[in-house]
Amino acid sequence: MDRRIFLRGLAGLGCTAAAHPWLTTITMAEAAADGGSPLGEARLVVIILRGAMDGLDVVRPVADPLFAQLRPTLGAGDPALHLGDRFGLHPALAGLLPLWSKGELGFAHAVSTPYRDKRSHFDGQDILEAGTGADVPSSAHRDGWMNRMLQAVPGLRAETAFAVGRDALPLLAGAARTMSWTPDARLPLTAQSQLLLERIWHEDPLFRDSGGEAITLAAEAADAPDVATDGDGEMSMPATPQPKIKGFAQIDGLVDFAASRLRGATRIVAFSQTGWDTHRNQAGAIGAPLGQLQRTVLRLKGSLGADVWGKTILLAMTEFGRTAAENGTKGTDHGTAGVMLMAGGALKGGRVMGRWPGLAEADLYDRRDLMPTSDVRGWAAWAMRSLYGFDRGVLERAVFPGLDMGEDPRLLL
Amino acid sequence: MIPRAELAAFRFGDGLPTPAEAGDPDAIMAALAAPDRMATLYPAPDLATASAFRARVAEAGAAYRADRSEAKKADFAAVVREGRIAALRSAAAAMARTLDTPLPFRERLVRFWADHFSVRSKSRQQMLFPSALVEDAIRPHLDGRFADLLRAVTLHPAMLEYLDQASSVGPGSVVGQRRKRGINENLARELMELHTLGVGAHYSQSDVTELAELLTGVTVSPDSAQVFRANMAEPGAETVLGQRYDGEGMAPILRALDDLAARPETALHLARKMAVHFVSDTPDQGLVDAMAAAFRASEGDLSAVYRAMLDHPAAWAPTLQKVRRPVDFVTAALRGMGVTGAAITGMPDAAFRRMILAPMASMGQPYQAPPGPNGWPEAAEAWITPQLLAARVNWAMTVPSALLDALPEPGALAARVLGAADDGSVAWAAVRAETRAEGVGLIFASPAFNRR
Repeated sequence: MDRRIFLRGLAGLGCTAAAHPWLTTITMAEAAADGGSPLGEARLVVIILRGAMDGLDVVRPVADPLFAQLRPTLGAGDPALHLGDRFGLHPALAGLLPLWSKGELGFAHAVSTPYRDKRSHFDGQDILEAGTGADVPSSAHRDGWMNRMLQAVPGLRAETAFAVGRDALPLLAGAARTMSWTPDARLPLTAQSQLLLERIWHEDPLFRDSGGEAITLAAEAADAPDVATDGDGEMSMPATPQPKIKGFAQIDGLVDFAASRLRGATRIVAFSQTGWDTHRNQAGAIGAPLGQLQRTVLRLKGSLGADVWGKTILLAMTEFGRTAAENGTKGTDHGTAGVMLMAGGALKGGRVMGRWPGLAEADLYDRRDLMPTSDVRGWAAWAMRSLYGFDRGVLERAVFPGLDMGEDPRLLL
Repeated sequence: MIPRAELAAFRFGDGLPTPAEAGDPDAIMAALAAPDRMATLYPAPDLATASAFRARVAEAGAAYRADRSEAKKADFAAVVREGRIAALRSAAAAMARTLDTPLPFRERLVRFWADHFSVRSKSRQQMLFPSALVEDAIRPHLDGRFADLLRAVTLHPAMLEYLDQASSVGPGSVVGQRRKRGINENLARELMELHTLGVGAHYSQSDVTELAELLTGVTVSPDSAQVFRANMAEPGAETVLGQRYDGEGMAPILRALDDLAARPETALHLARKMAVHFVSDTPDQGLVDAMAAAFRASEGDLSAVYRAMLDHPAAWAPTLQKVRRPVDFVTAALRGMGVTGAAITGMPDAAFRRMILAPMASMGQPYQAPPGPNGWPEAAEAWITPQLLAARVNWAMTVPSALLDALPEPGALAARVLGAADDGSVAWAAVRAETRAEGVGLIFASPAFNRR
């Protein structure tokens, strides 16, 4: 069965497809019977960068003379690394340049969510993960866009999507069942304790579901620490074990766990990374989170192995950018448009995408922030459409209500 | 039906056992109004201690940088280690205070307000600042006027450092002109968004910027005191929320803080936040309105707001909807097992770290390290995820037997810590466990124990 046609058929039902699983289990059984996930083989990794990553520091518009004026100290140090004629990469991401050369790294500049003006981290992250327009108050957010995407494909198993780490991830919250775990968690229980616990938890759905999943995942981790134990679908060989580097133990653990899942039945993984709120002495402060982001990308590539990496797209997105000018304390304050980082063997990268708005005062948003020229949700939507064949209608109405995806940026090879 | 006293112990206290008068709002408020004996009994670092420590770290650091010898390096490491231990002991003191209190509404309020005004230490020098904020600014102002609490917290060096106010400079000020420095709007924004009005209120970027300019001059001296430096203050008047603030020194700043504290949006924001924290993730609107009305009518008297909550029927709804946060979970378990404050503060540091602090981090709540200035999440779903619940179960199954000489009999413990919250099924399971440790573990891992 041609998966794209199949999903287009689903999408033909319009925006209600998300709310009602129209397809019968028989259809789904057929879809799954061709040997794998109804989503196919493509992998999507989404990283939420909490704290507002400064896009203008990460992908610097070095060709624009106004840039140096706006940021007399930031960017005055190490020369930025060449990303084409117009942009330079923050030196702390130098390790990613080989990916850029191979087309496995790209960026979308001047992107933002529909969130404007209040510049609150917390509302900004809520909207980023809910995927709604600015017309929906955050108190009305009930689920995350990634979960709504999963809702649009009935019959998916919970392990299709994984939230990794200890932080809450509203992106994946919602009616579609997903899994969440952190690789350093353990749960050694005797058989009797397990039975009794399941009984005690049974009447409280929150404890029953979370507890049941904890028992299953902990048992799997204890049995096979590094190999996904997937029953259906072919399993890729684990990649060569990666050497550990001091300071990255936690990230390496998370990424290796995510990779082991992605080599099995999991198609989608999401996690979050913090440390981007660089109000002061940004030149020093942004080094650590950039180092972690770089490590995440490189480690993921290594741990997935060439085959799965070749089917993967990673998107790293943040709630908003930061002020165009540096502030009075060698940092930047909350802004509007920023940068989205994309990586993966499936990516047609080596490009800084998006329309560049310029840095002249009249070109800035509110005369202070980089002007958004595209919606961060549009890039995510095109990634999902390209990877999984979703119809635009599903993406523009159910997954990202009210979004206009615009032109196809042709993200995939 | 859960008796009122038990309900109060779950919702406004730290769990069972509890005295019978816990269900009486008069008794709860009287305990809050009584002298704060526990603060004296179990002291924690205040600003004087935190400043002295800061100076010592700075000194030891400078000494090491000056000669780079192994001896100076060891001295520096020793000072830093001392700070870590002092921070750890402040966690033990906080637990001891509640364990030894029959009606610990005060301790719950301390945690609520410390979370509302979340700070983190930004450097080794500031390691004791979060404790100092609680001791100097929060504890003394728990049941007074919100305006006083807001002033004390906003102007405390811990907050000024955490939200970067200490280095914000008016661009038109003497220092700003001479050193090409400018404002940092971090504190101004969180003041309105988190501490007072709430993000839903009508304020604009220009209000944030103007408030940030108004706040310039407020900074921290080298000996860690809040000071006003006129040469850092932006000249001229500022307009915040339509109100013009003119004049020299601290006066217009204090006036702006008082005005923010008095706004009706602030009343509603705080009422709602408190109702969400104590009663339900989706609180009854009547309860929120009653609390906000009490705030306005009393001109921000926090006691009146607490009283309005305790007097409202919705605060006594029989269903336990909330989930105890990890610190509340551990504290309630210790209380339930009869662990005293003296026993907790007497624990060796390594044991306290291994059995209390490290597990709390695994449950998702590392001590004094909230994810941001918005503090810890409230929703039950944020805490009962597979990985975080696994950490609670692990603690429940292993730590009590490591902590106590003799474990309690599971059936009796279930009755003691769950009261009427157990429909009998937890006690039924607990006595069927293979070992006493597992029986105890099942009780603390049960929804009945984790909900409040």
